[in-house]
Amino acid sequence: MSKSIQSVQCEHLDKMDIVWDRPDTLIDVPMHYCPGCGHSVVHRLIMEVVQELNIQDITIGVAPVGCSVFSYNYMDVDMQEAAHGRATAVATGIKRVLPDKIIYSYQGDGDLAAIGTAETIHTINRGENIVMIFVNNGIYGMTGGQMAPTTLKGSVTSTTPTGRDLSIHGHPLNIAEMIAILPGAYYVTRQAVNSAKTVRKTKKALLRGFKNQIDGKGGVSFIEVVSNCPSGWKMTPLQSNKWLDDNMLGTYPLGDIKVPEKIA
Amino acid sequence: MKKRVSEKILMKGNEAIAEAAIRAGVKAYFGYPITPQSELLEYMSAQLNSRGGVFLQAESEVAAINMVYGAAGCGERVMTSTSSPGFSLMQEGISYIASAELPCLLVNVQRGGPGLGTIQPAQSDYFQAVKGGGHGDYNLIVLAPNSVQEMANFTYLGFDLADQYRTPVLILADGALGQMMEPVVFPDYDIVKNKVDHSSWATRGKKDGKQHVITTLHIEPEKMEIINNHLQEKYRDICDKEIRFEATKTDDAEILLIAYGLSSRIAHHALELARDEGLKVGLFRPITLYPFPYRQIRALTKKVDSILTVEMNAGQMVEDVRLAVGEKVPVHFYGRTGGVIPQPEEILEKIRAISIAPQMEKIF
Repeated sequence: MSKSIQSVQCEHLDKMDIVWDRPDTLIDVPMHYCPGCGHSVVHRLIMEVVQELNIQDITIGVAPVGCSVFSYNYMDVDMQEAAHGRATAVATGIKRVLPDKIIYSYQGDGDLAAIGTAETIHTINRGENIVMIFVNNGIYGMTGGQMAPTTLKGSVTSTTPTGRDLSIHGHPLNIAEMIAILPGAYYVTRQAVNSAKTVRKTKKALLRGFKNQIDGKGGVSFIEVVSNCPSGWKMTPLQSNKWLDDNMLGTYPLGDIKVPEKIA
Repeated sequence: MKKRVSEKILMKGNEAIAEAAIRAGVKAYFGYPITPQSELLEYMSAQLNSRGGVFLQAESEVAAINMVYGAAGCGERVMTSTSSPGFSLMQEGISYIASAELPCLLVNVQRGGPGLGTIQPAQSDYFQAVKGGGHGDYNLIVLAPNSVQEMANFTYLGFDLADQYRTPVLILADGALGQMMEPVVFPDYDIVKNKVDHSSWATRGKKDGKQHVITTLHIEPEKMEIINNHLQEKYRDICDKEIRFEATKTDDAEILLIAYGLSSRIAHHALELARDEGLKVGLFRPITLYPFPYRQIRALTKKVDSILTVEMNAGQMVEDVRLAVGEKVPVHFYGRTGGVIPQPEEILEKIRAISIAPQMEKIF
């Protein structure tokens, strides 16, 4: 596998202390994501967690349909690519025949909160012991920027050219709050990846989710990550990170929604 | 349920499939209730978890088939069963399973359609079953039992063919076969001996340093065509090796009945009635609907004067029969739809008419 430009440039620094490195679990290839896209950060965080927990050889991931459809090209674990919306049904099939393996699903908002809503609710309601990762950027990125179930009120997309009108298109869907009431939801949190601080918190949440599964805690660990879509939002990466702070978090406030200690 | 292997048991067809699947070592069953196949689901719910497998009732047929995808992708022996409307719902997932080359067993206990239709038996999902069914160029191996015994036998066979060719196999039955009770003997089956090693591709955790990926996305057209060429090569191989059929009294037949599944049993009764009247009637029963026995039917056109295809639909398999026969002999059709089962006397009536005037029916 060819080394990336960064790692070649870093070679002459090998006598110095390494303070930042790519986890071995993240395949060393350029990603196809747009500049500034949050997917690459979330991928990296998941793979850091897999490396730190030393579970690479027992982890099986499920990729969705959407921008992260190719995530198996970057995350170096066994993976299955599911039909649109069905990632958690596929994850259920895997976990039920291989209960000792660590299973995670990775889905966007269209996949998890629109076409796959039934699978989302019932996978959680069965309390499957898996990690569900939900990347919410309020738009259909791959298909060219159409309205998602999580698109904010007034947002202009390619299918809401005059902005999302709640009386016509319905309301932004707070799926994390919805599923948190289900007994099968063990841990529900909403984090973001638009700043160093939020990235660190997302990593913590992922670590907690995977640990829950390793410990055999009953139920889904559901980790929503509010993310950006510079291309779809028609902004620079920096603008998108600020816009996320100023607009997304009002509808999708960050923080733990359900933690086991609090319900115990 | 402890039964001696050679013991004869009175069972419903749906239950015979479930029992045979457990004896064949099925690791997981995912399904959703729908008449007239629910006994299969219920049998699995009562038996499978205590006999080494996993039963899970899914929230829909859509979820069930994608659970099958996930479990089959781990190299485990898995199955689902449903009836016509549910099978329609599964088509997207089946297309993915065929593309990803995941072995699994599917069962469609057909009921009358279209739409919600009826819960009575029919054969009107033939096109959907044998021409792929979902999107893209793919085929399923389609086995058509005509007895409770064959429901059991084809379950073992279906799993083995699925493993051998890494392809989904469909048992295409109908509500009558699923519901009726007949004696069945479960043959000896050595799960260990028949187990196929899928460890070279299955996703079970990255052990050997090589990442395993189950995907059906090949965005570059040239790569997607390579996948398609590979699938087509596999289907040609299946067509060469796996055609199964049964010919009854075809040696001296002048009128050849062609029927599969339940309608083949009714046609057989009609054959006996016709023979009693001195009419020389034979019966050809395709057992594999895909691969279809085109060559075998074509060969029989040298012997017979005309053909009558009998189906429980508006005329579906008859198109494949006509493809096999061409203009060589007249091909007639008799079918009932909507869950109405054709009676032997109705078929006999048609046979009599053909024996007097065997000219080609107008089909266009």
